[in-house]
Amino acid sequence: MSLPMPGILRIAYKLLVNDRAKFAALLVGISFAVFLMIEMTSLFAGVLHRSSATVINIGSSIWVMDPAVQTVANTIPLPNYVLDEVRSLPGVKYAVPLYSGSALLKLRDGTYQAATIVGLDDTSLVGSPQMVSGNIQDIFGENAFIAIDDSEFYKLESPHIGTEFELNDHRGKIVGIARVASSALFGTPTLYTTYYRALQYIPNTRFTISYILVEPKTAADIASIKQRVAADGYLALTKDEFMSKISKFYMYQTGIGTNLLLMTLISFIVGLSISGQTFYTFILENIDRFGALKAIGAKSHELVSMILFLATFVALIGYGFGVGLCALLIWLARARLPDYAAMITFPNLGLAFAMVLIIAASSSYFGVRKVLRIEPFDIFRG
Amino acid sequence: MTAAIEATGINKWFGEGEARTHAVKDVDFKASFGEMVYVVGPSGSGKTTMLSMISGILRPNSGAVRIEGTDIWSLGTDALAEFRLHKIGFVFQDFHLFPRLTTAENVAIPLILQKRDWAEALAEAEKDLEVVGLKNRAHLPPVKLSGGEQQRVAIARAITSRPEIMIFDEPTASLDGDTGRNIVQFVREHLLSDKRCIVIVTHDSRIYEFADRILKMEDGKVTGVERSELDAQ
Repeated sequence: MSLPMPGILRIAYKLLVNDRAKFAALLVGISFAVFLMIEMTSLFAGVLHRSSATVINIGSSIWVMDPAVQTVANTIPLPNYVLDEVRSLPGVKYAVPLYSGSALLKLRDGTYQAATIVGLDDTSLVGSPQMVSGNIQDIFGENAFIAIDDSEFYKLESPHIGTEFELNDHRGKIVGIARVASSALFGTPTLYTTYYRALQYIPNTRFTISYILVEPKTAADIASIKQRVAADGYLALTKDEFMSKISKFYMYQTGIGTNLLLMTLISFIVGLSISGQTFYTFILENIDRFGALKAIGAKSHELVSMILFLATFVALIGYGFGVGLCALLIWLARARLPDYAAMITFPNLGLAFAMVLIIAASSSYFGVRKVLRIEPFDIFRG
Repeated sequence: MTAAIEATGINKWFGEGEARTHAVKDVDFKASFGEMVYVVGPSGSGKTTMLSMISGILRPNSGAVRIEGTDIWSLGTDALAEFRLHKIGFVFQDFHLFPRLTTAENVAIPLILQKRDWAEALAEAEKDLEVVGLKNRAHLPPVKLSGGEQQRVAIARAITSRPEIMIFDEPTASLDGDTGRNIVQFVREHLLSDKRCIVIVTHDSRIYEFADRILKMEDGKVTGVERSELDAQ
């Protein structure tokens, strides 16, 4: 097969690819490093994504909360008058309360299971999930709850419509099954009900509103709403800002970010060591050939292009293998472990790509130095 | 008539101070087209250093080298590389063939460096392999060939760009007596022409008979001697 590349690069390609042991070692080194880097960062991205699951699933444009809130799960209840105040702000289309808390369920077999309870505004049902079976209006029925069919669904004994359970001595009944965009981080199943039923069934503090969900009349109103809410001593964040705040908490206020970053760095160093060492050995083993090329008439920039081409070629192939391997493993893991949080994102791929480029650049730097220093006279001297 | 190679007063030393070694001392060298010149002498006499300087590989500390009238050491690095690529064919002592390429690809390297089309360069290389009697080995890697055959591949690589100057460094060093003689005889009979000059560095007296002129080097100095004089030794 004829490859459309300059002859000098084709020589380089054949020098490497026909040296199967070195080629395999280089590919394994880079693929393994890429696999580890993407796996680690994907895990982190998955954790961050799931930590904002409620924000993503409810989907409100603006969230009003106590300024001390750090994650969506750590709610600090707001007094009812804040809701009235927000509703009275100019630029607010509507504002509704949201309850978000946890409760212990007693299942049919007598076992207990912790669950996240989301209470939607009774009048508007803003933030309601996508129904898979049953009707959202059934949420107004007696003891009605909607079960979310996510990766934790089985922990509720995979309920169906009509399944009953006990919640704080109250009878609960599944009236519908729904889906949401993201599963929660902490491995607890989720039930949706109305705001007032949530307050009735779950013991509460004096203030009861977890968040106020706000829809502005126009995007231009967001800034003034935030300003007015801040003047009252509360915090209004857009959906993206709230997710960013949660991510920053997990990244900087917990050890998760540091640990995963450390693992990513270790993967990078492992990849750099294996690939750099192997590539440099390959250059050393072929140094007299590069010298012979120089003696015959190859110019320095041509030799440099050979090395850069080889490093880039190996880096890109290794990157492809690494990404493929990681995607395959995440797919397999998800098939077996529904809780598996890892998700490959474009920033992960970009970061790994940048690191692979650094590996290729470092490896070729030493190779280029060596090749530029070789004197054709050394070839004559033997 | 312009000489093929003309070096005047070339010097080369390595190191500085007390460690300084004067490898080539004020040497004049001249070779003409149609001539096969040997440079002989014991190890360390400076013959490889001189060969490197007259072929544009090693810059002399002083003196000038002209090939077909061009002062090669006044050329820039890239221009000199280009000059070597088109004008000079090298046969290295250890052949320096590429084990991961086929024999034909090895031979085609100078043409590929001249940016000739890959397929065209390979076709040319196969013709040159036919000249050295190795056409049926074109698709084998060099490691599958004997020492003599590898030497022929190296020669084919040196002639494929049709250079006017051919430089051989110890061409028989890795070969047995008969093979070495056959190779040099082949070079003399098939490659030497009135448009080509061949310079061979050797200390193999068994091949002296094929030289037109033999220069003896000792302690960095060159002494012009007749072949018969050395044959008699």
